[in-house]
Amino acid sequence: MELKTKIHTEEGKQDLLITRHFDLPPALLFRAFVEPDIVAQWMGTSVLRLEARKFGAYQFETTDPKGHKHRFSGVIHEFVPEVKITRTFEMENTPFPVQLEFLEFEKLSDNSSRLSMQIVYKSLEHKNQMLQLPFAQGINMAHNRLQEIVQSLK
Amino acid sequence: MNLRRDVFQAIADPTRRAILLMLAAQSMSAGAIAASFDSARSTVSRHIHILTECELVQQDQQGREIYYHLNPLKMKEVVDFIEPFRQMWEERFDKLEDIMKKQI
Repeated sequence: MELKTKIHTEEGKQDLLITRHFDLPPALLFRAFVEPDIVAQWMGTSVLRLEARKFGAYQFETTDPKGHKHRFSGVIHEFVPEVKITRTFEMENTPFPVQLEFLEFEKLSDNSSRLSMQIVYKSLEHKNQMLQLPFAQGINMAHNRLQEIVQSLK
Repeated sequence: MNLRRDVFQAIADPTRRAILLMLAAQSMSAGAIAASFDSARSTVSRHIHILTECELVQQDQQGREIYYHLNPLKMKEVVDFIEPFRQMWEERFDKLEDIMKKQI
């Protein structure tokens, strides 16, 4: 079975590339990165601010199961609707440095599109550290989400 | 005793995952690790002990203090780092797709 979300990374390089095919018109896919209430839903976060424009800033806040709040933020450097977003990403109050993200939106047909997201880390070491993080966070998030979904079924 | 299974049990616990998460950023003393949790210090020590026992974490004596750090080789052996990262994005994107399909 082919994976819908693919990650390509090379051992000695400090970046990685995530690609995803969506059964969505490009305009709709782009909206999912621009409208705060939609971003909040699929990212599973509160959106404190999201200025979807060149030099606009964004800031997200998540609450972990222990009630601690974590903030993530960045600045948008390039913003071309339905084509690309270039932005920084930072986990506030952590020793991890800023990373750079290049998001490219591609129209495949009227009803399908592809997102490519290249993430560049400060160093190879930082990339490896960051990849270790979601293994901890991702599992938690998956559990939380599963819980939410199950609860909503009740 | 099945060591490999123990490793997976070790990472299945949220506190132990949180400890690994902290140690991914820097090596820390047991006291510094314990200070980050509301749990009793002995509980945290027990978690560190389990992580050390299954070699996910290694000790390093620095003067009078013992510092703990991740054992990258063991971590790599146990977890393919990319896969959980991929799954995290896949879940997010699946959700994105579901939400946006309702907008059509």
